[in-house]
Amino acid sequence: MRVAVDQDRCVAAGQCVATAPDVFDQRDEDGVVVLVKAVPDAAEEDDVRRAAGVCPALAIQVHG
Amino acid sequence: MADAPFFPMSREAGCPFDPPRHLREAAAEHPVSRVRIWNGSTPWIITGHAEQRALLIDPRVSVNDRLPGFPHWHAGMERIAPHRAPSVFNTDPPEHTRFRRMMTAPFTFKRVNAMRAVVQEITDDLIDQMLAGPRPADLVEAIALPLPTRMICTIMGVPWEDHATFAAQASVGMKKDVDAQAQMATFRWQHDYFVDLVRARAAQPRDDVVSDLARRVTDGEIAAEEAAAMGVGLFVAGHETSANMIALAAVALLEHPGQLAILRDCEDPQVAATATEELLRYLGIVHMAQRRIATDDIEIGGQTIKAGEGILIELASANRDPRVFPDPDVLDLRRPASAHHAFGFGLHQCIGQQLARVELQVVYGTLFRRIPTLSLAVPIDKVEFKHDGIAYGVYHLPVTW
Repeated sequence: MRVAVDQDRCVAAGQCVATAPDVFDQRDEDGVVVLVKAVPDAAEEDDVRRAAGVCPALAIQVHG
Repeated sequence: MADAPFFPMSREAGCPFDPPRHLREAAAEHPVSRVRIWNGSTPWIITGHAEQRALLIDPRVSVNDRLPGFPHWHAGMERIAPHRAPSVFNTDPPEHTRFRRMMTAPFTFKRVNAMRAVVQEITDDLIDQMLAGPRPADLVEAIALPLPTRMICTIMGVPWEDHATFAAQASVGMKKDVDAQAQMATFRWQHDYFVDLVRARAAQPRDDVVSDLARRVTDGEIAAEEAAAMGVGLFVAGHETSANMIALAAVALLEHPGQLAILRDCEDPQVAATATEELLRYLGIVHMAQRRIATDDIEIGGQTIKAGEGILIELASANRDPRVFPDPDVLDLRRPASAHHAFGFGLHQCIGQQLARVELQVVYGTLFRRIPTLSLAVPIDKVEFKHDGIAYGVYHLPVTW
């Protein structure tokens, strides 16, 4: 699995960090998403798919 | 269109936790339909979960409440719309993005979870005080309102001694039906309060949200009126909504003792976290519909929304959409419910949602363990529900133990 994030779309709701905290983070200054791990571990893949599903801005793309 | 039902509509007697039957049926059967509102217009109402998601992320759907035909909540909101400074609440991208990013830093997942111990300490103190006082007690006054109010006052830097006066003013405008004069008066009061507070913090900055807004005003990044609009919005959204979720959930759980036992008999924070999402879904306290307007023709749910037509996104009904939540009218604290729309969806989704989650997770996970004999002190039909409120909840909740 490969993950990509769109920082321009992000609205800093924090849902991705709550769902997959080892894959996503938020910038201190405005909460915008930071991708920690573009290739998540196999055990994290379900959480990453869930994070993409609950992102209110559809700012997370998952491939594979 | 002549037969479009009036919105808002009443909940059925004896069903205080369920959205009105018409809306629940609409979510399953005709997710895009028409209603009639206070001014006689017939905007679209969106009740389906998928249709809400699609429209809330659609750039042809605007929150600009100065556009002609915008379906305001009531005459009061229509009156103040031209006077409200631009903020996250009434702008679209790219303006919205600029304002939103000024407000989000204090509410990130990590910042808010770092305050979990404080939330726990306040919750335990409030429970201690209630247990030391007379029975019955009002759970709204004892716990539901003071916890979120203390948190938002601390984060924003609103003096504690001002919160009751501000809340009394804000409650004037938090009704389903408010006339233009009353709304304008409370709008001006709240605006002036925050303009003064921003000025005070500009002179003597502290480590809080209002001081940050004040710095942005001093730097010329935003106008004082814009800072005030953000302050008012954050403060109003930051205390009453969580308070409603705490007290209304207590009623619902006391009426569902098997579900209450899940929280009472378990210390696993994950159980409280899952339960919190389900209570957010099931209670759907934001029941006046988010207001939008189409800026172009949109095909959705077999209908065509024309440019200039009003759109009502009724969040609570999407939380009961059987296409997403099987047996939607059943409260099931173990179900995965995180796709709910309790905080909305799209670019305007609740900024304070992670703070609300921490508050609710701590209270739900603590209250019934600390007070396993908690019970209603009046029959449920004597509980005063906020049928007339923009946000649903209870005015008072007499409890004993």
